[in-house]
Amino acid sequence: MAAVPTTMIPFGVSRVRRYKDRAFTSLLWLCGALAMLPLLFIAGYVVVRGVAALNVAFFTKEPTAPGLPGGGIVQSFIGSGIMVGLAVLFSVPLGVMTGVYLAEFGGRRVAGAIRFIAEVLLSTPSIVAGAFIWAVVVVTLGSFSGLAGALALTVLMWPIMARAIEEVLRLVPDDYREAALALGIPRWKMILRVVVPTAGAGIFTAIMLAVARGLGETAPILLTALGNNFINVHPTQPMDAVPLRIYNYAQSPVISLHPLAWGGAIVLLVAVLGLSIGARVLANRQQRRIR
Amino acid sequence: MASTTSTTQAKAGARRARSRFADRAFRTSTLVISLGLIGLLVFIVAVFSGDAAKIFHAFGLDFITGKDWNPVTGREQFGALPFIVGTVVTSAFAIFLAVPVAVALALLLNEVSSGWLRNVLAVFVDLLAAIPSVVYGLWGVFILLPVFDRHVEPFLTHTLGKVPVIGALFGPNVSGGTSGGDVFTASVILAIMVLPIVTAVSREVVAVVPRDLREAAMALGATRYEAIRMAVLPYARSGIVGATMLGLGRALGETIAVAMVIGNGLGIHASLFNSGYTIPAVIANEFREASGTGLHRSALLTLALILMVIALVMASLSRLLVRRSRALVSEAPPQEERSAVAPEAEVSG
Repeated sequence: MAAVPTTMIPFGVSRVRRYKDRAFTSLLWLCGALAMLPLLFIAGYVVVRGVAALNVAFFTKEPTAPGLPGGGIVQSFIGSGIMVGLAVLFSVPLGVMTGVYLAEFGGRRVAGAIRFIAEVLLSTPSIVAGAFIWAVVVVTLGSFSGLAGALALTVLMWPIMARAIEEVLRLVPDDYREAALALGIPRWKMILRVVVPTAGAGIFTAIMLAVARGLGETAPILLTALGNNFINVHPTQPMDAVPLRIYNYAQSPVISLHPLAWGGAIVLLVAVLGLSIGARVLANRQQRRIR
Repeated sequence: MASTTSTTQAKAGARRARSRFADRAFRTSTLVISLGLIGLLVFIVAVFSGDAAKIFHAFGLDFITGKDWNPVTGREQFGALPFIVGTVVTSAFAIFLAVPVAVALALLLNEVSSGWLRNVLAVFVDLLAAIPSVVYGLWGVFILLPVFDRHVEPFLTHTLGKVPVIGALFGPNVSGGTSGGDVFTASVILAIMVLPIVTAVSREVVAVVPRDLREAAMALGATRYEAIRMAVLPYARSGIVGATMLGLGRALGETIAVAMVIGNGLGIHASLFNSGYTIPAVIANEFREASGTGLHRSALLTLALILMVIALVMASLSRLLVRRSRALVSEAPPQEERSAVAPEAEVSG
């Protein structure tokens, strides 16, 4: 009475039906192969062309005057670091507080509404966040700035963090909460000292994913931080970012700048894919531990 | 003795009152911050609406139906039709290309393949979602566009271009020159970019189709193809439409990759091999000149509002359809939980 494997086609199936089944399965595999091509091609070209552009000056020097050889894009790395860092600084507390409300307190109606709004903001195109900060901050203050860039990223990262942190807080077993409350500590302390630290690793992976997203965003940064050819660490002034530099160089008529765009692309790709894969591995490990 | 008890009691009472106050304060502060999320959305819509009111007051519906876009001060004319058409055409064609592959992938991953190959395939598709759009754009401009321009598009013009009715879509490039970018290339890039999200949602709805149904079909002698067609797809249909909507919403808002490969040309052409322009691309290209308080800035912000509203409608429709697909399933008899797929795919985009 062994179960018939589902892949086995029963006897008595007509030839036409069998061929149809085979053709369909082959078509599915063909689509699978087709779907693997883009990543292979994109990563392949970025690695081959990008590695050729990498050298010490690339990471340590500002750009040279157009047409002159050498130079790097150090200001882009610094700018990306500052803006994403500030955005994390803003969005982590906001995300944790929102996640705590949704997971620990939320009444059905209010939490439902907030969850829905978070989803709406999640599906909002990133350029809309850029246009919003451009209209409200840049035009009002009269200047593009790294701070505006960080704010645009915050608009994108807050809802992502809120939903992700809600999910990881829900994974904390209720026993922990009950044990803590039974010891007589107030609820706020129970949440901040027991629930949030228990979910700490999950919150960390959420931050990793949000950072990966923030590092790769071009449009919102373009509209708010504008870009800069020189090192700038003042958040009130225009700032550069790696994706912005790639965008500008790729469209430049100066051909000698194109390799630098590929160099930026490989650094960006390694960072973003590394963070995404790292977050996935961490999340898998945590899930296994909870089970 | 009695007095000490009462003081300890009073102390305990005070502590309890304090912690109750602290609890309430903490709860309120998390609520206020969460409501800030709603406030943010309202603020965004309010800011854009002010500009939209100005624009529709000045141009009326010509803003939607007009074809002239001239930001020069004194001769301003804002008709956004080329951008709207370009956005709709690129997104629709991208979805047309991506959805069949995504559904095939969902079926392949959930119904056919198993073991390491399935994991590799799933990771490959998921990682596509992590690639920054500027990297897609860079690859599109320097690698895909030249190949398409020189080989793929002339070939399609000679073959599909001769077919009646749809042939017009594949007519020769008339918008001038080669390699400036075109709608077709932009659509292909967009199709690759939305593939992971459409696949993830399709997998989710395919995964919740009760196992009993498949087994019943197979027990009646159906082949796998017949089981999928008769037992799986009918249940998953509205969810797949929902996945399509979500992908469409994503495609409509994509900025940088499209701006880099679409050619940014204002004309409206039947053929996909001509240059085009999209709403996000025009915002990204013109905001520098529009930083003043003129109508130009309002026009761009109105476009942002239109984009946001369309994306919102798409996302809501998608949620509704996916939920309906799930509800359809939950009416069926309960079954073992199947392994959930890529829950984070919806977040990383």
